[in-house]
Amino acid sequence: MVANIGYYALVITFLVSIYGAGAAAYGALKRKPEFVESGRYAMLLTWPLLTVASAAIIWLLATGHYEIGFVASVTSNSMPTYLKVTALWGGQEGSLVFWAWLMAAFTSAASLRKWDRDRELLPWFIMVTMITLAFFISLTVFFENPFARLWLSADGQQVAAMLQPTGAVPLNPPDGRGLNPLLRHPGMIIHPPALYLGFVAYVIPYAFAMAALITRRSDDRWIRITRRWTLVAWIFLSLGLILGGRWAYDVLGWGGYWGWDPVEIAALLPWLAGTAFLHSVMVQEKKGMLKHWNVVLIILTYALVIFGTFLSRSGVLSSVHAFAKSAIGPMFFIFIGVTFLVSLSLLINRWEMLKGENFLNSMFSREALFLLNNFLFMGILAVSFWGVIFPLLSELITGQKITVGPPFYERANGPLGLGLLILMAIAPLSAYASSSWKTIGRALWKPALVSLLVPITLYFGEIRNPIALMGYTVAALVAFVTLYEFWRGANARNRRHGENFPLALWRLVGRNRRRYGGYVIHLGVVLMAFGIIGIEVYQTETQATLSRGEQVTLGSYVMTYDDLSIFDTNDGRNVARAVVSVYKDGKLVDELYPRKDYYFDSQQAVTIPGTRSTLEDDFYVILVGLDPDSRSHATFKVYHNPLVNLIWIGGVVFIIGTVVAVWVNSDRRRWSKASPASAITQA
Amino acid sequence: MTEVPKANAGRGKFLLGGFLIVAAIVYLIASSTQATAQYYLTIDELFAKGEAVGDRDVKISGVVDGDSIQYDVKNLTLRFTIANVPADLDKIEEAGGLAEALHIALEDTQGKRLDVEYIGVMPDLLRHEAQAIVTGRMGEDGIFHADELLLKCPTRYEDEVPLQAVGG
Repeated sequence: MVANIGYYALVITFLVSIYGAGAAAYGALKRKPEFVESGRYAMLLTWPLLTVASAAIIWLLATGHYEIGFVASVTSNSMPTYLKVTALWGGQEGSLVFWAWLMAAFTSAASLRKWDRDRELLPWFIMVTMITLAFFISLTVFFENPFARLWLSADGQQVAAMLQPTGAVPLNPPDGRGLNPLLRHPGMIIHPPALYLGFVAYVIPYAFAMAALITRRSDDRWIRITRRWTLVAWIFLSLGLILGGRWAYDVLGWGGYWGWDPVEIAALLPWLAGTAFLHSVMVQEKKGMLKHWNVVLIILTYALVIFGTFLSRSGVLSSVHAFAKSAIGPMFFIFIGVTFLVSLSLLINRWEMLKGENFLNSMFSREALFLLNNFLFMGILAVSFWGVIFPLLSELITGQKITVGPPFYERANGPLGLGLLILMAIAPLSAYASSSWKTIGRALWKPALVSLLVPITLYFGEIRNPIALMGYTVAALVAFVTLYEFWRGANARNRRHGENFPLALWRLVGRNRRRYGGYVIHLGVVLMAFGIIGIEVYQTETQATLSRGEQVTLGSYVMTYDDLSIFDTNDGRNVARAVVSVYKDGKLVDELYPRKDYYFDSQQAVTIPGTRSTLEDDFYVILVGLDPDSRSHATFKVYHNPLVNLIWIGGVVFIIGTVVAVWVNSDRRRWSKASPASAITQA
Repeated sequence: MTEVPKANAGRGKFLLGGFLIVAAIVYLIASSTQATAQYYLTIDELFAKGEAVGDRDVKISGVVDGDSIQYDVKNLTLRFTIANVPADLDKIEEAGGLAEALHIALEDTQGKRLDVEYIGVMPDLLRHEAQAIVTGRMGEDGIFHADELLLKCPTRYEDEVPLQAVGG
């Protein structure tokens, strides 16, 4: 019953969104506003309809309707209710509905804005978003139906279908297989929605850009209307990536946070294009340049959002040697191909309309440095994209599958990342239109001199790895330049308005939130760079099988194995929990409990590390093997991860910076104000 | 980029700069691919290639025979045998999905098998009929020495979950 309501809600949403797209476009072409209005109502209807569908799934999940295939595959009796609810995005079918639900919410919210000046954009905005929505819903209606029921067919096969296949009998399993234990983690509860929110929100700037092209609007209204949307999308995408890293570190038990897995890259690609867009859009706002490029970037971001969803949904990547083909793979492929080609040909058709208003004339002007920044982001994007598709390409062309792994990404992206860091140190000191090497040098030499102290200090502190020295020096330079910018701005206010320093700093940031929010983001990146270099260059590990009371040494740490207990929990786990003591420089500093949880329902074990976490380093212990009978010895893998916490702290700073930037200034003056940078660099 | 006007005197240096950056990126991609690429083979393909693979690291995919798993806890030495699974997607489809294909591959006692040795932690997912992807090289002793061991269980591993990776 509930399943039927949910399914028909999906079917109706599909029809309504197609109608909405058609009616809006027809109304615009035939100049019949009543059709546009009708399309808009159709659009506003999608969110309530999808809410019904989502509520139906959640109800089925929470009440244990295991006769529904999706419910049986992601929940079980032993799971707590909150996990049953969040299992909505724990599997393919439910997560597609969730995706569509978020998108309907965002597009409805965007369509409720005042459209006075932009009436003519509305129908095309409706058309683009409703086509995208219809595509995603069609996947759930025709291929990955979360409401399909389980049947036992005449020849004894288990099948999931909406209608009873001939000769089949209904199947009513008493319990489900349960959510993958790796996903039963708080990080996994917020990580996918954060990513989805980011993905979905990028549809809106894309839809506005397309609407602007279709209606031949040559101004950059679409950029201004959607500036907050792009930042909101970016916050969630960044948050999703950071949370994903944290989840991997806490749950996957390999001592790392990022493994260049294709699924991770799938989420990184739109982030890279979106980050490039955030930077280059400023050039268009200030100088009226890069107009074509910004449209290309937003098309690319949108296509990569769809591509990322495709990669993680279709199984195309793992399928080459692993999963069976999923029916939705070709569908995605066609959709991406068609939207990408249509968008690009539309752009080419309107090319003349988007002529730049200014020219690049100085290598060190801010616009030139922003352009360089874009090149580097595109470089990292190209590298990462290449790594993902290279195995597929090589198989297609040579018939031989050749893969690349993390060393490829690190080797190729490392220099580009360093280049971005260097730019982060230089660009804030540049001015629009006319900076020269001299003006930048004049502003740069003081922070550069101070940052030289970093490698010297490190060198005498026995840190002599050239990559680490170079990375830390540049990161420190970025930090000094950025802090110097804050100091300089606040100091100027202090002198001009007699404000005390904290007030001056507060007002400085408040007056230009995007600029100083951006600088806070840069500081977050510096912290993360410190952490990443720390763990990548200086991570050490060892492994040992210890009898009770025995010890293993790693660097300045000694760990002894004290005890092991094995017990069942009432939520369907068998837990093996070791007790180890950690000594640093001979002193007892902590007791850790690395453990292994075996989940009965899914017959799978999860290894949860025991971690002693300080600002300086993490001592990370994994219980990897044990002797269940005697419990006399156990095997541990031990990691020493220097500075890893700076990654998470940097992540928090990063998000705070983005929130500052997204908080729109109360006054509109910033559009007409000249860049304060020019005043400062000439000071 | 596209905004560079035809009449701009400085156009040349920007075009040159852009060209140099693109060239550098292409070089980075090409040289890194060259330096780090690995063959990804089935067991049949590995035996067919033989010496041709040389001493380069290769990635081999196969299905784990549960009875063969031996783990020396003291020395952290893991030994197991994997059986050949066809890489051809259509064959896997024909068999009725990957889980079935893995099952069939193990039933086939005539098929090629590979003994694998891995020093390190025994992964939770290593079990009968799991798909193993091992990276390493063939030893003189006819045993494949893996530095990295990746496991997938087709029924459990869906969607968003990154693969469990150990070692490497």
